[in-house]
Amino acid sequence: MERVAAHALYGLMAEFDTPAGLVDAATKARLAGYRKMDAYSPIPIEELNEALDLERTRLPLLVLIGGILGGIGGFSLASWASAVAYPMNVGGRPLVSWPQFIPVTFETTVLGAALTAFLGMWALNKLPQPYHPVFNVDAFTRATTDRFFLVIEASDPRFDRTSTAQFLENLHAVGVTEVAP
Amino acid sequence: MAPDQPDRSSASAEAALLARTPAVIAPGHTFTSVTDTISHVVLSKRTPLGWFLGFAVAFGLLMVLNVTIGKLLLTGIGIWGNNVPVGWAFDIINFVWWIGIGHAGTLISAILLLFRQQWRTSINRFAEAMTLFAVACAAMFPLLHTGRPWLAVYWLFPYPNVMGLWPQFRSPLIWDVFAVSTYGTVSALFWYQGLVPDLATLRDHAKSRFARRLYGMLALGWRGSAKHWQRYETAYLLMAGISTPLVLSVHSVVSFDFAVSNLPGWHATIFPPYFVAGAIYSGFAMVMTLAIPLRKFYGLEDFITMRHIHNMTKVMLVTGMIVAYGYANEAFFAWYSANPYEEYMMYNRMTGPYAVFYWSLIAINVVMIQLFWFRSVRDNLPLLFVLSLFVNVGMWLERFIIIATSLHRDFLPSSWAMYYPTAWDFSMFAGTIGLFLALFFLFIRFLPAIAIFEMRTIVPEAKVNPTPHHPPGGDPGRVAEQHG
Repeated sequence: MERVAAHALYGLMAEFDTPAGLVDAATKARLAGYRKMDAYSPIPIEELNEALDLERTRLPLLVLIGGILGGIGGFSLASWASAVAYPMNVGGRPLVSWPQFIPVTFETTVLGAALTAFLGMWALNKLPQPYHPVFNVDAFTRATTDRFFLVIEASDPRFDRTSTAQFLENLHAVGVTEVAP
Repeated sequence: MAPDQPDRSSASAEAALLARTPAVIAPGHTFTSVTDTISHVVLSKRTPLGWFLGFAVAFGLLMVLNVTIGKLLLTGIGIWGNNVPVGWAFDIINFVWWIGIGHAGTLISAILLLFRQQWRTSINRFAEAMTLFAVACAAMFPLLHTGRPWLAVYWLFPYPNVMGLWPQFRSPLIWDVFAVSTYGTVSALFWYQGLVPDLATLRDHAKSRFARRLYGMLALGWRGSAKHWQRYETAYLLMAGISTPLVLSVHSVVSFDFAVSNLPGWHATIFPPYFVAGAIYSGFAMVMTLAIPLRKFYGLEDFITMRHIHNMTKVMLVTGMIVAYGYANEAFFAWYSANPYEEYMMYNRMTGPYAVFYWSLIAINVVMIQLFWFRSVRDNLPLLFVLSLFVNVGMWLERFIIIATSLHRDFLPSSWAMYYPTAWDFSMFAGTIGLFLALFFLFIRFLPAIAIFEMRTIVPEAKVNPTPHHPPGGDPGRVAEQHG
């Protein structure tokens, strides 16, 4: 195994060749008391949410707020432009003819929600992030093809270089590697 | 065992039916084979000769577009055939045609996702790309129809300009601006989000330093973290949920351009659903037109299987029948309204100077699509390719009929006139087809045309808990008995 200087260690990475192997390992690592860890996979694996006990994301609430703000913005824009900034009397009809502002309001609602979903997702994921320690491991290039990885970070209170490595070896990992920061 | 008998026979009937239904992915594929097959198209150093030939044709047409736009900006929109009373002609016909084509991409990527239709997986990526390029082509027409597109900014977009002018928010044309620009933006975001994990795959597979850097930058540092996937999947589902009403609204708003006016043949409540169905119908025809050569040329038959072709044909049949209902409805209400202008509009469509186009569209969109009922037709790829081209023509003719016949003879016979397109009308239209194809050729060369990570989720290895196969509708007792 490649050794990394002790003071500079991001964590230990175990490699698995099936999604089931990763889910099983993540579950066991959590039961063993590890908390600061993450799993990496080439496909989304729903079972990992439970295995790693991931919290539900706040994204849906943000999207709801984004949509509501978009809708209010669109309706206000149409009303303000038609009634305040550029009022035009068309046969005495009301200036804030709200039914005709609905299409624009609808579209800006959609736009607000979609922009929040897209930008919010990347922001919560803290991406784009050009550098991350896991990329230091050569085998990690397969994380976007056919290999599954579990990383226990050195900052975890239960982390111990030797015993954690031993623990990961016992989970039927294909390989265990130290990750330089 | 007697009570089991009927169940068994229905299960075997279902099994027989399943055996006749091709799978969404050919058997025997793994994470690696799926990844390599799709990324090879992009990362291979050798560009096929056929690609160059196709791109050359597309690029030639794109240059026709450049020349047309140059001529248009130097001369003015007088180079086109539209004039009073047919003030709107090829611009709006082609605009509606292109926007409609785009709708299939969103339907496949969003609506079929919500309905958990697994077969969408291998066609959604290039269908979404098709949407983006179609919207780009569509947007050119209204923009260039203004003649001076650099001034169109303050006609179309609400911003505090020095003249203190604001656009008319009560006009369907401004609704169109909001609908189409939102649609273009949301489609682009959805498409890019779907691409990111695949760009990371390309980053990790690329041999050349330049490609690794380029795909690496576009992949935003994606590393497939479980926490990231969770938010990613949530965002993807939310985007699908948001895009579904959006796509229905866009063509409804496009139909308002007509339906909100009081012209005979335009002022009809059937327009929004009829336009949306027509959009999906023509869009699927375009997906078919692109998919049949794509799968053949790049050997992607394992991923875009006959199942996809069959399903797309069936969607075309259903939406085509809704469109046919729209035609019947228009004719019925022209008669039932007892309004002489409405009656004349229909009479003029059927027997007037443009009648040949009306009957051609009926022949294609009502009569020809009945062929899709037959399995032998759905299995015949060359025939389907030709039929899908005909559907595109048929839907173009539909927009021509709706627009030209209603405008050229309206209420006052003294203002009747004929509309004839000029060579510049055709060169603009052909040019946008060139733009569309050129973008599509670049797309299949430089980006994965099939969503790699989504294909990986449907191979057998992706299952975390491999469960024994339950026959649909089977009771657990029988399964236990079979295994025992």
